[in-house]
Amino acid sequence: MKWSRVIIYALLTALALVFLVPLGVVVVNSLRSSQEIAATSMIGWPRHLTFANYSQAWNKFCMAEHCWGIEPYMLNSFTLAIPATILSTMFGAIAGYSISLWRFRGDQLVFGLVTLGVFLPEQMKLIPWVVVLRDLSLMNTISGLILIHTIQGMSFTTLFCRNYYVGIPPDLLKAARIDGAGFFRIFRRIILPLSPPILIVTVIFQFTGIWNEFLYGVTFTSGGQQPVTAALIALSAAITSEPMYGEQSAAVLIAALPTLLVYLFGGRYFMSGLTAGAVK
Amino acid sequence: MSLALQARESRPGRVRGADVWRRRLGTALTELAIWVPLAIAAGNVVVFTAWTTWVSFTASSLMPDYTWVGLRNYWAVTRTANFQIAYVNLVIFGLGFVLLAMALGLLLAILLDQRVHGENLLRTIFLYPLAVSFVVTGTVWSWLLNPGLGIQKLVNDLGWTGFRFDWLVQSDKAIYTVIIAGVWQSAGFAMALFLAGLRSLDKDLIKAAQIDGAGPFRMYRRVLLPTIWPIFVTVFVILLQSAIKTFDLVRALTGGGPGISTMLPTLVVYDFMFQRSELGRGSAAAVLMLLSLVVVLAPYFLFMRWRQQRQARA
Repeated sequence: MKWSRVIIYALLTALALVFLVPLGVVVVNSLRSSQEIAATSMIGWPRHLTFANYSQAWNKFCMAEHCWGIEPYMLNSFTLAIPATILSTMFGAIAGYSISLWRFRGDQLVFGLVTLGVFLPEQMKLIPWVVVLRDLSLMNTISGLILIHTIQGMSFTTLFCRNYYVGIPPDLLKAARIDGAGFFRIFRRIILPLSPPILIVTVIFQFTGIWNEFLYGVTFTSGGQQPVTAALIALSAAITSEPMYGEQSAAVLIAALPTLLVYLFGGRYFMSGLTAGAVK
Repeated sequence: MSLALQARESRPGRVRGADVWRRRLGTALTELAIWVPLAIAAGNVVVFTAWTTWVSFTASSLMPDYTWVGLRNYWAVTRTANFQIAYVNLVIFGLGFVLLAMALGLLLAILLDQRVHGENLLRTIFLYPLAVSFVVTGTVWSWLLNPGLGIQKLVNDLGWTGFRFDWLVQSDKAIYTVIIAGVWQSAGFAMALFLAGLRSLDKDLIKAAQIDGAGPFRMYRRVLLPTIWPIFVTVFVILLQSAIKTFDLVRALTGGGPGISTMLPTLVVYDFMFQRSELGRGSAAAVLMLLSLVVVLAPYFLFMRWRQQRQARA
């Protein structure tokens, strides 16, 4: 083997290890007792393996006056992320379809405005959402967060689906329209069967984004209604007095697991979604 | 455009009775399906932006109060220490984060481009931080960088007792810890885009460069990288706009501290809106944040347009 190859592999291995350190540390610490961690450091091999941290973190751990662990917050995040992902993807697919293949006056302007939503910071929307959620009596509810993520997610899902659908040859639709097929039938019979690649990418990105979102969760919900990202911050704030790094590591790992699994199983789509549009 | 026109023209002329109603209902439903989602999505962007901008010119405090006060909120916000520190930090963090993430991403992409074994596994490792929330990233790095708990403690325990790595608790260095955690999270993104760019290059270009006798280093510097320069622009802009929006990471890592030393524009907005209950000033801070995004994004959109037009002509 040439020296240059050795250097390439050495560098790649070293960098891969550096990237894995944070994950490795959390996994190892979730199996160590908090006393052991406090006595040594965060980085170390367990002397005694313990799985107690997981049951503690899941439904016994105390934070913000409640001793129910992160289980309810995990359930909140699932009840939030699954419907919001499905709804925003569905609306995005229809919007992307109408913009790309069912063109109408002003479609480029509308598309431009929707796309701007991808870049618009959440901070610009906080006050309007406070007012809207209050008027709809959805303050401090998961339904309120679902509404926000469905509407706001559409910017992203419309952009993704539209960019995919413009690649569908218009001739394919022309024949169907001459046969008298309308908007919905064409969507169901022609567009949807072609859509799985883009819908999978969109679902992966929406689920990851909504699961990981923090600002709306922490602003519009409190107490037992919070999604898990917001609860994790409350958890770190709650334990500064008495460090419980073992339990906390387990909680962090549980909270990160759903998106990590989605990434591991959908990695190929994740990658193609990232590079879509950027490399042209 | 032509498709819709043709379809409308080819529609059969007159149909009677129930068919007319069915057709009308179909048309109405189609119009609804086209316009309702789009109107909500576009309206959300336009109305909410206008709404917050409007609030920024009013006397709103705990509740929205639409009494016009001109630029008063803007003067008040820009004079606070929070705001000034936040924007100095944004420059430090923005440049450090973007440049380091790009440099590391480029290095990873070039290394992976050498036909290595296990590329898929390596790519998965470099990209996984992207799937994790900033809250998790911030929390974990706050442990690793905590001098009494993480890397410093480990090295001290190993016998090198003089070792210091306590940036997290030093007010003049804490912002660099945000850079470290941010680069760890985003370098994989830069890598993915650079790698896709390198893979999209024409094989003949690479062969021609090799025939010219260019070594690998020269080939990347002189031929391959200059060819994918638009990707550099894209990565730079996407990372920079995400730097401006950084919130959760710093909330979980430093909470803006020690003191207010790691304030960022997003934290200033949150502080005004929900900790001090000054909605007017919070909105002014949000609008200023939006303006800094426009400064980054507007040239980029013009640049993309210019490229598209040039490609269309070529």
